[in-house]
Amino acid sequence: MILQDMIGSIALAGVSLVGLIFLVVISQAGKPADEAARTRAARAAGRLQGWVFAVLLLGFVGGSWATLRNLPIPVQDVELGADHVVEVVGGMWYWMISPDSVPAGSLVEFRVTSVDVNHGFALYGPEGRILAQTQAMPKYTNRLLVDLDTPGTYTVQCLEYCGIGHAPMKASFQVTAAGGN
Amino acid sequence: MASLVLYPDDERLPRAAGITLNFYLVTALVLFLAMMALGLGMRSSQAGWLGLPPDWFYRFLSLHGAGMVGTASLVTTAIMWFFLRKYVQLHLWAFVANYVLFIIGLWCIVLSVMAGSYAGLWTILYPLPVHSQGMWSREAGAIFMLGYLGIGMGQLLFYLDAAAGIIARYGNFSRALGLQWLFGGEIDQAHPKAVVASTGVLIANTLGLLAGTVALVMSLANAVYPSIELDPLLIKNLIYWFGHMYPNATIYMGCIAVYELLPRYTGKPFVMGRPFLWAWLATVLYVVLVFPHHLLMDFAQPRWLSVMGQLASWVGGFPVFVVTAYGALVNIHRSGIRWNMPARLLVLSMFGWMAGIVPAILDGTIAVNMVMHNTQWVPGHFHFYMLLGVLSMALAFMFHLVGQRHGQVPPDSGGDRGSLPVYLLGGLVFLFGFLGGGRTSVPRRMAQHIDAWTLTDRIGSIGAMLVVLAMLYFVVRLVIGLLRPVAQAAGDGDGLADAAR
Ligand code: HEM
Ligand SMILES: [Cu+2]
Repeated sequence: MILQDMIGSIALAGVSLVGLIFLVVISQAGKPADEAARTRAARAAGRLQGWVFAVLLLGFVGGSWATLRNLPIPVQDVELGADHVVEVVGGMWYWMISPDSVPAGSLVEFRVTSVDVNHGFALYGPEGRILAQTQAMPKYTNRLLVDLDTPGTYTVQCLEYCGIGHAPMKASFQVTAAGGN
Repeated sequence: MASLVLYPDDERLPRAAGITLNFYLVTALVLFLAMMALGLGMRSSQAGWLGLPPDWFYRFLSLHGAGMVGTASLVTTAIMWFFLRKYVQLHLWAFVANYVLFIIGLWCIVLSVMAGSYAGLWTILYPLPVHSQGMWSREAGAIFMLGYLGIGMGQLLFYLDAAAGIIARYGNFSRALGLQWLFGGEIDQAHPKAVVASTGVLIANTLGLLAGTVALVMSLANAVYPSIELDPLLIKNLIYWFGHMYPNATIYMGCIAVYELLPRYTGKPFVMGRPFLWAWLATVLYVVLVFPHHLLMDFAQPRWLSVMGQLASWVGGFPVFVVTAYGALVNIHRSGIRWNMPARLLVLSMFGWMAGIVPAILDGTIAVNMVMHNTQWVPGHFHFYMLLGVLSMALAFMFHLVGQRHGQVPPDSGGDRGSLPVYLLGGLVFLFGFLGGGRTSVPRRMAQHIDAWTLTDRIGSIGAMLVVLAMLYFVVRLVIGLLRPVAQAAGDGDGLADAAR
């Protein structure tokens, strides 16, 4: 499943769940409880609060472990062992990318920097979704590792606002079929 | 403890204070509406229904971003002032000075955008404001930043006065935050939640404003003397520290209205337990540490900072889910709440805040940020808690005040009842337009969209139209309502309010 679709579904489920909780509580809001029921409800609410905390804590620990175990940010100051290194320079309002094509099935390191203001290097797959990104910053080089398996025409789109030429600031990047070229 | 009387006597303002408050509120309403109109213009333009030229799109975007965030801060500062002044001594001059400096700052921003063609966005990310490739001048960038300096100084002045008042009354911040009750001891239920929240927000936001001030002074120095070059990564950190804290502080200031007003409408006290105090302490700490989640895609940043950014973002969900929104829900549950405009809006604001956090926390996850950063997912989540959260808090507060001026009966006309669903429905459609755009990788901050992106743009635009319509009604209704003199309670104001229940 595409990562973005998964995230979209999780968000939709989460927002709906919150909405549902509100609807349930609102449907119960208009019926005032008597004193005894109030005391009981207050105690139940306290217990439930403990459970909510416990469940969230579990989610926090588990989720953090799962999402941070393989950090998608590579260590920046070591040899990354990529099959191909692509140098990327952003400027107002162009990309210089060399080489601008790699064979499919390679692990590619993009070394991204800028000559003027902040730009954003985003790699869109042939089907039009973002695969990975990193900032293109003056005076710094960000190194991004991407597995490129599917041949096709990829698009590099600027993703950090950089002035009037920001939206058209894009370029093509080819991933060629193995054996081709 | 916050009183359960709808309109207690200690909230009757002396004349000068009442006039100042009205200046704040009416200004905020007019600005909100104007900025929304710009927002609708931008969204329709992305949808292909309105052909804003790109330079105007980015000028509007700069104005909308700065204007909305500033206005949200203006109106929630009024909320904090209104309730905090009951417990500690605040000086009217500080409240007035903040307003005056805000207006001066606002005019700098408007001048810079309208006359100087500034379009470097509200984030003033170095070196763009002084490096536009001819679209605007260095001076325009500098004036925009000077405007920020004015607004920031006003806010700091207000916090300084509030800090002095709190210390005079409670001795130190620790006691004001109720830290003496963290591990034991009977919590004094008369200790105002407004004081806990105000203390927390003023500590955290003052740090953010100081970071912003340093960034501004450095950027201004560079604007005047280009030979002074800045470290782009350092200044990015400072800017996002401020840029995260300042808008988020509006939620915490606005939330004071929920603590104070919700129990009056539910008729049930909002109990302050130990979790509440822990939650506010956690909030002050995490909110200071969370800004690196804006730099997750800056790989040159030390990796531990990015990890900390993710962890802090996730931790940020706890105080809301486990304490604030939870407490509000408990307060509503089987309370026999009286549904009227303020009550509905208060409940809506809690929903907006809590629900908006879901996509926000997802985005604060490094692996997710890799594909969602700088897409429309981001305006999707922050509009969620700003529009349905903060703005609802502000509207609830104002509708409540209108009731005070109208026979001490909270508003609940047919028009009110009809416009709120339009606002909510339009809001959700507008928000899911953005979130859907993020899902399909539509970038944020773009004047021209390719055809594949316009579907969610159009959905969002339709929602935005509904929001603007509802807001137009709210603004007219509230401005008229606020400008009435406060009703003199005939004999017993509480009796009147009771009769209306
Ligand atoms: C009818 C209501 C609103 C509409 C139609 C609207 C529309 C928009 C649009 C189209 C954008 C640009 C999205 C993009 O990046 O592609 C935007 C950005 C933004 N909006 Fe709104 N908005 C509304 C309400 C609000 C409110 C209530 C707030 C805050 C209190 C707010 C704060 C912002 C901020 C901070 C930005 C980011 C500016 C930037 O990217 O530099 N907006 N809005
Ligand atoms: Cu750009």
